[in-house]
Amino acid sequence: MTADILLQVLVSGLLIGLIYALVAVGLTLIFGVMDIVNFAHGEFLMLGMYASFWAFALFAIDPVVALPFTALLLFAVGVIVYQTVIRRILKAPMLSQIFATFGLMILLRGLAQFFWKPDHRLIPHTLVSGNVVLGPVQFGLPQVVAALGAVGVTGALWFFLHRTRLGTALEATAIDREAATLMGIDGQKMFALAWGIGAACAGIAGGLIATFFPIFPEVGASFILIAFVVVVLGGFGSVTGAFLAGIIVGLIEVLGGFLIGPEYKTALVLSLLLIVLLVRPKGLLGKA
Amino acid sequence: MRFTVAKAIGQGATRRQAITRMMATAALLATTALGGLTLGVGSARAQEEIRIGVIYPLTGAAASTGVELKAAAELAASIANGEIPAPPGLVAGAGMPRMKGAKIRLIFGDHQGNPQVGATEAERLITSEKVVALTGAYFSNVTATASQVAERYGVPFLNGESSSATLTQRNFKWFFRTTPHDDLFVTNFFTFLGDMEKKTGKELRTIGLFNENTLWGNETTKLQVKLSDERKFKIAEKILYPAKTTQMTSEVQRLKAANPAIIMQSSYLGDAILSMKTYKELGFSPSMLLANDAGFNDSEFLKTLGKDGEYIISREVWALDQAERNPLIRSVNELMLAKAGVNFNGNSARAFTGIAVLADAIDRAGATTPDAIRKALQETNIPASGLILPWKGVKFDASGQNELGQGIIVQVQDGKYVTVWPFDVATKDIVYPMPAWDKR
Repeated sequence: MTADILLQVLVSGLLIGLIYALVAVGLTLIFGVMDIVNFAHGEFLMLGMYASFWAFALFAIDPVVALPFTALLLFAVGVIVYQTVIRRILKAPMLSQIFATFGLMILLRGLAQFFWKPDHRLIPHTLVSGNVVLGPVQFGLPQVVAALGAVGVTGALWFFLHRTRLGTALEATAIDREAATLMGIDGQKMFALAWGIGAACAGIAGGLIATFFPIFPEVGASFILIAFVVVVLGGFGSVTGAFLAGIIVGLIEVLGGFLIGPEYKTALVLSLLLIVLLVRPKGLLGKA
Repeated sequence: MRFTVAKAIGQGATRRQAITRMMATAALLATTALGGLTLGVGSARAQEEIRIGVIYPLTGAAASTGVELKAAAELAASIANGEIPAPPGLVAGAGMPRMKGAKIRLIFGDHQGNPQVGATEAERLITSEKVVALTGAYFSNVTATASQVAERYGVPFLNGESSSATLTQRNFKWFFRTTPHDDLFVTNFFTFLGDMEKKTGKELRTIGLFNENTLWGNETTKLQVKLSDERKFKIAEKILYPAKTTQMTSEVQRLKAANPAIIMQSSYLGDAILSMKTYKELGFSPSMLLANDAGFNDSEFLKTLGKDGEYIISREVWALDQAERNPLIRSVNELMLAKAGVNFNGNSARAFTGIAVLADAIDRAGATTPDAIRKALQETNIPASGLILPWKGVKFDASGQNELGQGIIVQVQDGKYVTVWPFDVATKDIVYPMPAWDKR
């Protein structure tokens, strides 16, 4: 009985951890390439959720089917944000950069509330619904699909960065922007690409959790704090690190919450952040 | 795979220090910059205006509730101002005859669910908007801070919908509350369980407490523990979960492991929806889910969850089916439907009643000085027939608490909240036990 429950808790932790990972991967990518912390990242997630919601409400397209569109849409949002806002503050003092993305966060939240009302919404019937029972363990199909999607997208991103010309160029820009420019890589294009991909990751995460999580303008706030912890734990800029860290954070949150008490689950995750900063400030896979 | 950073941030600062600084700044911004957002529109103060400050969560996680509360407050003001004819019997200061036709103007403040912001808004409404009375703020913790400000300035604060018992235990001179408080509601739960045991002949003695961890959830937990001891119930599990969480699997797993007969839950809307989703995901169905109002009674709850919201039981102060008992409820609800497109719920009905009681008091005061309004509030004596709530009336005791309030218990059946207790005012039989998820 106890072993069964433990197994169930581990699976639940893993499932939510993979979602955390996908949210954090986009954040760490943008940071890795250009050293800007995107405070509006949670709002990209929110936009992804609303994109799925409206695709369903207006055109009856299932969130899972709509995923490519959601990704493309958020890619465009990321590029537009880069071109209109971020490009202008690349060389600005850090405080201005914070204000810019923080302001963007408030703006996007405000717009969402203005246009789509502050209501909580859910997508009532999705292709993926119901439960999966595997022996003693049972979990929701939407959560499983979301977690698998997160693995797939992170894997694809890894492949892109390591095995394609464009991805290597992006990584080269991250390592040394000036050298990369000398090699004929267009830095501006790479930055725009990083924002596009980062936003698309958040958008896909939004589309995936839209099958089971309530959708409302402030939804990003719940996830962004955890995403920061994941990024720090994984090492700033490390996609693989963020992936592993997401799983660790999910497991600690759910398992710790179960064993020690749910009232401490956020405290546990944030204690982890403090310990990492004290013991291994560069994070699991980061190089400070 | 890893990205190193080409550009150092700032001279001599490591990346980590820079990020830490960034995060600290962001946290600071979140508490202060947002706090500056205000919704009231300043304008010249006309002689015939009775300015009332209304503080609700108009943005933030509870904004959807706040918007409904605002609509209800505006409806009550329109009736008091005679812009909408008052349904016969309703006590709402209709037309304000003793104020020589002066019009109420509601000036809204937005507390975003944040007690500090609530206090700042109260201060702004009193000092720069010159309101003669304040009302709000739905969240008990915000009502606590906002009413402290009112107390300091000597401005009457009428609270219509915050139910933390401590609010009227502070010996405040200027604080009044129309709604019954949690002590009464929670006591009702245990009385109800006793009645259910008699009715079904089943033991309902093990309880799992599942409450959010702000003031409201903490106060509720304390009281539930006390009453369980007094009435010989056993608490199988006690969880105070962090509000606005991203997952509830650890919480639900613990409840599932403890397997109590009854779950008593206190959650605001987002958490209420997420918990229902998680119950279903993990296949957990207690024989009874006894919710403590709030998220479970929000109009959005059933709209969002649909069938998955069926059979939950909640305490209420109001239910549409009570219109069968009191025609006034139906007629005022129709006005609300016309104005805001939604039916009343327990929260908006109480917000409406708060403004109605305040308007009635100001009308009887015949003046807008704080002392006159306070005196009129103390003399308030509204009969049950003048209210849209199933109360015995409105009459404040020395602590400012309405001593004639009472609660009902409702259950979601076929997409509606129906009154199931007290048995003598029930319109439907209770569905017990709650059907398992795979048997619905």
